[in-house]
Amino acid sequence: MILNQFLILAALLFCMGVYGLLVRRNAVMVLLSVELMLAAVNINLVALEAFWQTSEALGQILAVFIITIAAAEVGIGLAIILLIFRNRRSANVDELNLMRW
Amino acid sequence: MGVSTNLYLAAEGAAAAATTGGIWSEWAGLMLIGPMLAFVVIVLFGKRMRYQGAEVAIGAMAFNFVWSSVLLLLNMGDSGVLYERSLEIAAVGGGLVFELGWIVDGLSIMMYWVVAAVGLAVFVYAHGYMKGEVRVTFFFAALSLFAGSMLVLVGSPNLVQLIIGWEGVGLASYLLIGHNWELKENSSAAMKAFYTNKVADVGLVIGVIIIGITLGSFHFWDLAAAAAEHSAALGPVAVAAGLLLFFGAMGKSAQFPLHIWLPDAMAGPTPVSALMHAATMVTAGIYLMARTFPLYQELATAARPWMIAAGTITLFGMGLLALVADDIKRVLAYSTVSQLGYMMTAVAAGGYTAGLFHLFTHAFFKALLFLGAGSVIHAVHSNNMSDMGGLRRHMPDTYRTFVIGALALAGVFPLSGFWSKDEILATLGYEGYNLVMWIAVAGAFVTAFYMARAVALTFFGEYRGHGEPHESPPIMTRPLWALAVPAVLAGVVNIPGLKLPWIGSFTDWLSVRSVPMGDHHAEAIDVGLAAAGLAAAVAGLWLGWRAFGPSAADRADRDRVEIPVLYPLLRQKYYLDHAALGLVWVIRQPAARAVNWVNDYVIDGVVNGVGALCQRLAGLLYGGVDQHGIDGVVHGLSWGTSGMGGLIRRIQSGRVQQYAGLLVAGLLLLAVVVLFVL
Amino acid sequence: MDLLDSWALTLIVFLPLVGALVALAIPKEREEAVKQWTLLVSVVTLVLAVVVAARFDFGAAAGFQFEVDLPWISAIGANYHIGIDGISLPLLVLSALVVVLCVIYSWQHWDEPRNPRAFLILMMILATGMNGTFVALDLVLFFIFFELVLLPMYFMIGIWGDRTMRKIPGFRKEVETRLYAAIKFFIFTLFGSAFMLLGFLALYFKSGSGGQQSTFDIPELIARGHLFEGTFAWLVFGAMFLGFAVKVPMWPFHTWLPDAHTAAPTVGSVLLAAILLKLGSYAFIRIAIPILPETARDWAPAIAVLAVIGIIYGSLACLAQTDVKRLIAFSSVGHMGFVMLGIATLTEVGINAAIIGMVAHGLITGLLFFLAGSIHHRYHTREMSRLGGNLKLMPVMGGILGFTAMASLGLPGLAGFWGEFMALLGSYQPLPGLSTSFFRTAMVIGAIGTVLTAGYMLWMLQKVNLGEPSDEWAGQEFQDVDRYEMVAWAPLIVLIVAVGVYPKLVLGVTTDAVVGLVESAFRAVGG
Repeated sequence: MILNQFLILAALLFCMGVYGLLVRRNAVMVLLSVELMLAAVNINLVALEAFWQTSEALGQILAVFIITIAAAEVGIGLAIILLIFRNRRSANVDELNLMRW
Repeated sequence: MGVSTNLYLAAEGAAAAATTGGIWSEWAGLMLIGPMLAFVVIVLFGKRMRYQGAEVAIGAMAFNFVWSSVLLLLNMGDSGVLYERSLEIAAVGGGLVFELGWIVDGLSIMMYWVVAAVGLAVFVYAHGYMKGEVRVTFFFAALSLFAGSMLVLVGSPNLVQLIIGWEGVGLASYLLIGHNWELKENSSAAMKAFYTNKVADVGLVIGVIIIGITLGSFHFWDLAAAAAEHSAALGPVAVAAGLLLFFGAMGKSAQFPLHIWLPDAMAGPTPVSALMHAATMVTAGIYLMARTFPLYQELATAARPWMIAAGTITLFGMGLLALVADDIKRVLAYSTVSQLGYMMTAVAAGGYTAGLFHLFTHAFFKALLFLGAGSVIHAVHSNNMSDMGGLRRHMPDTYRTFVIGALALAGVFPLSGFWSKDEILATLGYEGYNLVMWIAVAGAFVTAFYMARAVALTFFGEYRGHGEPHESPPIMTRPLWALAVPAVLAGVVNIPGLKLPWIGSFTDWLSVRSVPMGDHHAEAIDVGLAAAGLAAAVAGLWLGWRAFGPSAADRADRDRVEIPVLYPLLRQKYYLDHAALGLVWVIRQPAARAVNWVNDYVIDGVVNGVGALCQRLAGLLYGGVDQHGIDGVVHGLSWGTSGMGGLIRRIQSGRVQQYAGLLVAGLLLLAVVVLFVL
Repeated sequence: MDLLDSWALTLIVFLPLVGALVALAIPKEREEAVKQWTLLVSVVTLVLAVVVAARFDFGAAAGFQFEVDLPWISAIGANYHIGIDGISLPLLVLSALVVVLCVIYSWQHWDEPRNPRAFLILMMILATGMNGTFVALDLVLFFIFFELVLLPMYFMIGIWGDRTMRKIPGFRKEVETRLYAAIKFFIFTLFGSAFMLLGFLALYFKSGSGGQQSTFDIPELIARGHLFEGTFAWLVFGAMFLGFAVKVPMWPFHTWLPDAHTAAPTVGSVLLAAILLKLGSYAFIRIAIPILPETARDWAPAIAVLAVIGIIYGSLACLAQTDVKRLIAFSSVGHMGFVMLGIATLTEVGINAAIIGMVAHGLITGLLFFLAGSIHHRYHTREMSRLGGNLKLMPVMGGILGFTAMASLGLPGLAGFWGEFMALLGSYQPLPGLSTSFFRTAMVIGAIGTVLTAGYMLWMLQKVNLGEPSDEWAGQEFQDVDRYEMVAWAPLIVLIVAVGVYPKLVLGVTTDAVVGLVESAFRAVGG
């Protein structure tokens, strides 16, 4: 069973996601980076499930949940970004400090 | 309400039987109420009346005069009048009852009549005298109150009602003496009168309390009966009670040293002085002594020397003061004080009839003299004899009546004063007070002397005042003549050994009482004593005339016969006023101030001190413990929290990526910890 | 009429309170409506009080009538027990009357800051407290009513009072007179009340010692008087004494009185003098003496001494005053001294003297404070050195002032005399067991006090009424007694004369009750 390759792929994907999350200015790109991180997690879950062979297939179930949630999250996230863009004519996260104290 | 059945009959004298007097007695209370009612009516409606209320006052007095004359006539008959009626006004527990009512017996009938007769004359006179003066309405109201209170006093069957009348008289005198209260000296004189009387009233009130509690009753008849039976309960306190009542009488009847108010009371309009000196005020004390006579006669005999001493000092010492007074009303005032001394001495020595007889005659000639003086003052607009003189030509009626009054007062045969003074001298001799008797004779000399001086300075010589004096109008001179008649004749009703047909004698009138009492009445004139008295009077008149009459050379000098020591002593009225003022000053200034100081700085000092201490303590507690201690901790906590928050909140920049970075950093940290530390 | 009999007292007590609540609903701006409403309420209360007096069985004045006894706070055995006897009836009627007169007087006389609605509401609450105190027969109820009067009076003084600044020794800053007076009044009284409550509680707990249920009921406590004895009783009496003595006020607990009176608005002074001062002396007669008769005898000489000191001290202090109102206030100390002297004798005459003295003082001093207020209203000063010739400027008011001063100095034939005279009468022969010579000395000193009383009253009259008006007032027009004043004062004047001439008006009710009280309290000793 080749587990390590999947894990390395997932780690790479996650690191790309983190990089994108921290570095990109465009909010849409930040959102996409988050999706990347979630995909990495999904890969881990599915790979580990296949490796451990649990009878209840918990990994797959969890992965399906995460995909669903990710879809919802992206939907809401894009809606928020769209609204912000409409109001501020920009989707640059550096300019967004609405959530400040 | 009930008619008392507890009546004794006089055993002595001619009146062997007594009648109740029918409706005249049963409704005699109207005499007490009448003037009081007049007072209220005049106060409320007087201003709207034609004569400003004078008609009401005079009407009430006239009514009283008629009524009391009927009673007097009834009492003169073969049987005297004896009646008493009381209305309970409160039962106060302890078996004590307060009552109001009236008593009709020889003594009170005599007083009713004197008050009404003199009162009527004075009221009518005052109607003329007060024309054009200020506050006439109120003046007549107060006069009515004055007379009404006196009637309540003399009509009282018990000691409590007596106190009511007693102080009512004091109030009315206060109102009348201070009638012209715009001037401070007048209102001060009024205060002095009220106040001196109030001091004396303490004695009266305590005396009444002692008698009331001891006997369980305030009735005069109970007092008299207890005295007659030599009551064991009353015995131990009799002297104290007697002296206290006497102290009360000293105030009203101006006995030394409580006489000081009377000369100052001349500040009131002259009719007031006449009423006060003749009928309604100063006689109250003598009346009280007469009413409670059995107490002194039977039980409180130990009190009598003191009373006689006070009376004797008054009759002689106060007469001397009249020698140096310039104010004609003051001369008469001191003469009244002196005559009151005679009466008091007589009553105290056991001369019940003698004292009252002098009261009776004195009322007429003294009222006459005062009204005459008022007439003179009315004409010359001054009270001082140094502004008068030669008035006999200008004011013939006043002159004649005044001389009659002066001679009666001096005790010249056969005017009324002679008989009553002789009766007093005889009683003093009979009772064995020989020294006092001779002092009284000397007093008669002094009396005659100052009356001669007054007449000479006022009516003879040259006129020294301003303007042209005129005789007073008839409304004022008629009362003078009306009073001159009894001043001359009143003496004949009590000539020793002489009993007039159907009039009887004064002694008999008075013997109708609720209890019998021993009282000496001479059966014949003691010619020697009468001659001595008359000689003293004539000598006094002659010397006075020599010294002050128009023929006296260099009268101005004689007017100022200044005997060293004695003259200043008399001018300063024995310095008694100074002593009294000193006492008042001590009360007013140091004592009152000390108390006020104690109040503001000691008691209130403690209160404020406790308050201030509490405040300081609270301040300490608040500032030290509460604000800095407990609150310090609380504040410290909150300060720390907010400070920390201030620091930490900087992390929350609102930048999503910063958050994410921290998140990642945290994750890494966690990973490091998990991997390498655990 | 049965319904009336059982409800009359409750109505008299609570009608003013209800009236006050209703008045709250009337808009503040509609002053006339508020005035008319409070007048209506107070008049109805007075009518009820008069009806009660008329239906009162004078033959059985010694017992309680119109009684209501309902369970109230059953956990502590406190009942809603009210009733009146001959002792409280005159005071109840007086209280109802004075409130009506105060409402009438204030129709046109308002102290700053006006606000008639608030003032009248306070007055109505005060009326409830005063009436309630006179009818309460349960210690808890009594205490509540006794304290209830504090609050409205505190606000009356504190809000409508005298605003001049005053330096109080011991305090750094100057304070407004009204604030100082209001706080002093409140704290002083509360201080006494605390002890009083302590005494009440001690009685309550001790009353249960005989195996019976503890009770606050006054008649019941009187019946169980034998339970209270020795040091316990002495201390309890002392505690209650403190509470009552502050309220009377007796020397040396009196110093709140001149300040409160001087600072209070006119109507406040009147109510304070006429009714509030009576609560303390009434409590002595209603509670302290019947429940603890033997202890009262131990305390009587002390009370007499303080009373006599109060008489002399109050009179002397009056002579040093320059402010008319303060003089009148101090005169209360002296007059209440006579009341307490009467009580201290523990005799029928003495306690009767106290009651008629209380009624007379209420009438006379109430009127005097009305007059002082009206004088202040006209001249805007109460300094006697600036006044003078009042009789010339305002003859009617001057005449009434003279009349009232005469009544106050105890002129026989007016109401004030009987209280003084009977107090002295009682002290000549106090209750058997009390030192006769001691009380006779007190009597003599008290009698001398009457002389001093006459002194300051005459002096005040001379200063205010007599003489020529000073230049300060020359050419000024003064409104003599106005309609409202006349209506408010006339009943007082009439009553002063009526009670003076015919004291049976008061004594006719009280004597039986007092005799009953003294007999049942001191029966064991015999008299």
